[in-house]
Amino acid sequence: MNTQHPAVHTAALEKVFNPGRPNQVEALTGVTLDVQPGEFISLIGPSGCGKSTLLRLIADLLEPTGGDLLVNGKAAKQARLDQDYGMAFQQSGLFDWRTVAKNIELPLELKGWDKAKRRARAQEMLELVRLGDRGASMPWQLSGGQQQRIAIARALAAHPPLLLMDEPFGALDEMTREHMQSELLRICGETHTTVVFVTHSIPEAVYLSDRVVVMSPGPGRITDVIDVRLGSNRNDDTREAREFYEKITEVREALRGSELGAVARGIEDR
Amino acid sequence: MKRLRSVAVAILPPLLFGVVFLTAWELLIEWREVKPYVMVKPSAVWSAMLDNFTPIRTAAGVTGGNALIGLVLGTVFGVVLAMVASAVRPLGELINPLATAVNAVPIVVVVAVLTRMYEADSETPRRIMAMMVVFFVVFVNVLRGLRETNPTQLELMKSYAASPLQQFRTVRLPNAMPYLFTGIRVAAPLAVITAVVAEYFGGKKNGLGSGITSFLSTAKKDVGLAYVAGASALGVACFAAAAILEYVAVPWQRQRSSK
Repeated sequence: MNTQHPAVHTAALEKVFNPGRPNQVEALTGVTLDVQPGEFISLIGPSGCGKSTLLRLIADLLEPTGGDLLVNGKAAKQARLDQDYGMAFQQSGLFDWRTVAKNIELPLELKGWDKAKRRARAQEMLELVRLGDRGASMPWQLSGGQQQRIAIARALAAHPPLLLMDEPFGALDEMTREHMQSELLRICGETHTTVVFVTHSIPEAVYLSDRVVVMSPGPGRITDVIDVRLGSNRNDDTREAREFYEKITEVREALRGSELGAVARGIEDR
Repeated sequence: MKRLRSVAVAILPPLLFGVVFLTAWELLIEWREVKPYVMVKPSAVWSAMLDNFTPIRTAAGVTGGNALIGLVLGTVFGVVLAMVASAVRPLGELINPLATAVNAVPIVVVVAVLTRMYEADSETPRRIMAMMVVFFVVFVNVLRGLRETNPTQLELMKSYAASPLQQFRTVRLPNAMPYLFTGIRVAAPLAVITAVVAEYFGGKKNGLGSGITSFLSTAKKDVGLAYVAGASALGVACFAAAAILEYVAVPWQRQRSSK
């Protein structure tokens, strides 16, 4: 792994939708952030703060209107073309007409890997997300949590150094969600993957992250970056530790502050 | 056992309704002493059907053949044009209203024109008619399937740096498959109806439609209605075949709809 450059580097990054038109929206302004290799970063903030936009800029699904953006030391577009990152969304986005294994193989298929190599890697990824015996299943035969695990397996199939996630557990129930968070930490620990993770949930951000990036709308910007680092041995006890609650309070207060005294709208306190 | 019961629940009400309806029809004609040249009893239709089984089957073969050829050609055209319309947006804007306009032309008018264009014993105008009807249904459905793709899947494909062709092959085309088979299921009975109606406007007297017109206009109302029953059986058979095709070809769709 190359440690010469940050996994993601942004400086004065800006995104304006529909510039020069009546429906112009300043989605992001002055975003300066460096994500170090191996780091787990959460983006949190109320609706309209631009957290998903920032993620899509990094993924080169959107183009910035100003500022600097480097992913893995390259222009974002080059990083995308090189498949330097994997991506997972709130919707698993699995293809109903492909088996689970074929879903995981898809990014490899598009990269031109040969069949045997693809199969082996898909099986490896299935083992990683602990669904080793479900490769021949169809996506609809899996539960929501299992589908999301397959989506993560697919995102990591090409062994990208960076994983971009947009509220991947947002549609899951609380128990499954906590379980998935622990699984994600284990998987990223085993694969040394850098993660940028968009979420609405303060406890989720605190539990998972090395640093929580607090964002605020109108225009979307970073208002605070909170160091969390609850250690590498996080488990269910961590969720009941005083430290955990202190960090939750810190993030919540940062969110309130970012709202200029107003109660943070659209933020879940769970 | 449970499965058997659910089948019974599905079949029993329409079956019961059919029996009651036919009995009422039978009794009404009996009771009011309706003359056979006005209306005939279902039992008379049934025996006419048995007596004329072979000619009706032959006629159904002719009409069904025309419908099938129209169905296949219309589906092919519908799929190809939908692909073109979705791939080249300006072309789509052109084809879409044009297809709608073609569909809005009354069938009877087109049949009248087409039968004059071809020789008197040609089956071609009938097939063209069926094809036109099928084409529109399939075109509209497939175009929707190609366009209404899951936005998450499109973003994923972009993140994989997939080429437009790869995106088309792996996302849009499979996504359109359930729409295609729904279109075929809707279009199949329509193709039969169109093939039957097209026979009303001249040409060879060899299909179900010609049988219906010629017998209903004479005293043999029972035979005419037997041909009607044949046409309806053909339509149901085509629908059933298309439904089975859909069930087999796009298994993920039945999962999705049963959820």
